[in-house]
Amino acid sequence: MADQVGATNLRSLWRVFRRNRMALVGLFMLGAMIFTAVFAPQIAPHDPDEVIRISIDDIYAKPGANHLLGTDDAGRDVLSNFIYGARVSLTVGFFAAAISVFIGATVGIFAGFYGGRVENLLMRFTDIMLVIPDLPLAIVLVALTKPRLSNIIIVIGILGWTGTARLIRSQTLAVKQRKFVLRARAIGAGNWHIIRRHIFPLVLPLIVVNTVLAISLAILAESTLSFIGLGDPTTLSWGQMLNYAFGRGAMSSGALWALITPGLGIVWVVLACTLLGQGLEQMLNPRTEWHHLSVGAEMVDREQIARHAAMREEASLGAAPTGSPASG
Amino acid sequence: MSKATMQPEPDSPILEVTDLRKLFPVKKVRLFGAKDRFVHAVDGVSFQVGHGEVLALVGESGCGKSTLALTLMGLEKPTSGDILFEGDSLASQNSRGLKTWRRHIQMVFQDPYESLNPLMTIGDIVAEPLVVHGIAPNREEREARVIRALEDSGLKPATEYLHRLPHELSGGQRQRVVIAGALVLEPTVLLADEPVSMLDVSIRAEILNLLADLRQKRGISILFITHDMGTIAHFADRIAVMYLGRIVEIGQTLEVLSNPQHPYTKALLSVVPVPNPRLRRERIILQGETPNPIDLPSGCRFHPRCPVAFEQCPVVDPRLLSIGDQDEIPHAAACLLVNAESQPVP
Ligand SMILES: Nc1ncnc2c1ncn2[C@@H]1O[C@H](COP(=O)(O)OP(=O)(O)OP(=O)(O)O)[C@@H](O)[C@H]1O
Ligand SMILES: [Mg+2]
Repeated sequence: MADQVGATNLRSLWRVFRRNRMALVGLFMLGAMIFTAVFAPQIAPHDPDEVIRISIDDIYAKPGANHLLGTDDAGRDVLSNFIYGARVSLTVGFFAAAISVFIGATVGIFAGFYGGRVENLLMRFTDIMLVIPDLPLAIVLVALTKPRLSNIIIVIGILGWTGTARLIRSQTLAVKQRKFVLRARAIGAGNWHIIRRHIFPLVLPLIVVNTVLAISLAILAESTLSFIGLGDPTTLSWGQMLNYAFGRGAMSSGALWALITPGLGIVWVVLACTLLGQGLEQMLNPRTEWHHLSVGAEMVDREQIARHAAMREEASLGAAPTGSPASG
Repeated sequence: MSKATMQPEPDSPILEVTDLRKLFPVKKVRLFGAKDRFVHAVDGVSFQVGHGEVLALVGESGCGKSTLALTLMGLEKPTSGDILFEGDSLASQNSRGLKTWRRHIQMVFQDPYESLNPLMTIGDIVAEPLVVHGIAPNREEREARVIRALEDSGLKPATEYLHRLPHELSGGQRQRVVIAGALVLEPTVLLADEPVSMLDVSIRAEILNLLADLRQKRGISILFITHDMGTIAHFADRIAVMYLGRIVEIGQTLEVLSNPQHPYTKALLSVVPVPNPRLRRERIILQGETPNPIDLPSGCRFHPRCPVAFEQCPVVDPRLLSIGDQDEIPHAAACLLVNAESQPVP
């Protein structure tokens, strides 16, 4: 029975999704970048680890036949760096987003569902996490734990869950009020059963939207950290590329390709996630014909919409290190 | 009377409610010395439901019917008073006992559009109670039970419905699904909270007949909650009339309908459409609004709206007392005019 539901849901989801051009474009953009990252060895014209004997001409070489997007300060191919950099940035994005959404959704669901003292405790903690400025804390944590990629992922993950927690909490509160939850209690169901079968499936769409947006925030955060020199020195993410280019005179040499390429990569992914997230969100809007995932008019909480809009804005502002990069 | 002969012995009720109270605290900005205020949703209700009996609970919106039902399910904790099911007290149940309680007493909710999870198939919804209680753990047996419950609830052929989602069903069909979900546990008491009020008039009779059938075939006791006197006459054994958290009149259906005692009951009955014009009563239009259940009127809580109130009414709070000759099933009302023998019944 369960498979059947899954199938019908996915099919009708796709039917609505197809009609949403914004989401489709976002999905395509994100898909293209994921494809690039996965097949980096096949796509990249040069191996980033290849031993290069450089002459002075290879440093910041202009784009040309051998190096489509020129070379960097070490004479490495910018296009290949970019393609391999997608791997690093997307890896950080996905894993950090997974961590922060997992924490945020768990905290949000438990706070919203149990209420009372549990909620007070969890939300007080969330508020504290929310007011601590993320970037300085991230800098301190990364500096303390050695800038390894896994540490960066964890730091971004555990600093970025607060927005998700508040969003999921308010959604959980709304779902909890619904009559089918009362009916579940009336047939004798316990808390765990109700969370698993009735609360979670109904907040899942919001969790998905949040994950997509969290990916772009995490990529931004990683770029910011790398840009200011706290990236993993053994990997080359887009932020790292920017950092090297900036620190090693790409500007003064007029080697704009070394700056623009990673910058565009970041903008591309952030834009893709924003479009996809926004499109998905529209589909969850009860006014569209997407009935059975729509959560009813009473769920649309103003605060939630405002917060979501703020999140999107933050995401689409680009890699401005002034914002709080790891906040959700 | 067939209905009278179906009555069980009055000494063995399946459900016994004694002086049940449910107050909800009102959240207010508290100034110095401000007292806690409460919504008196259910305010001292006692009644019994016999084995296989249908008791109709009638009252206006907001008089506490749903709160009473939720309290009977253990979904709201009573402020005071107790409920006995087959002699077992609700107050003494731990969480396991409560789970068993909810296996024997089931509820059908007012709004069939809201009481089904939109993401679950009908089959999963009806099977859910079995899963929760660990009944019929093997798949075939469970499915057989689900199918039986669906067909008993009038969804035939059941296999057509198993894989459908609630939004593909009409309101009446959804309410049947809710009923099937309750029946699958084979409860002995069913609380039906205005099961037809959200449905089209054309479907109401079908659902009511279904409930009447269940009582006939399975001997389920039903507490049928409604705000509409018209829907109950044909299958309730007894009627309890509720006003502002209290039962103001209770008795056998025919007796209450033909010989209403409380002025509130009379007013309710006077507006029920009667097909035979010669039986038509004069309409009694109640003055004023239902007072809010926070600031209750003094004395008899019906007196501000009562067409026949006299000077004692704002002072004395009448108790629910039997009237007339004591037959086996008492007819009782809470009205000074009815209980004070000296006063003529208007
Ligand atoms: N959880 C609650 N908190 C506070 N007040 C409540 C709560 N539930 C019900 N009430 C109040 O208790 C009173 C009785 O409500 P209840 O829902 O039991 O009425 P009802 O008779 O079922 O009405 P209806 O016919 O509209 O369903 C109302 O005044 C209502 O506002
Ligand atoms: Mg009600």
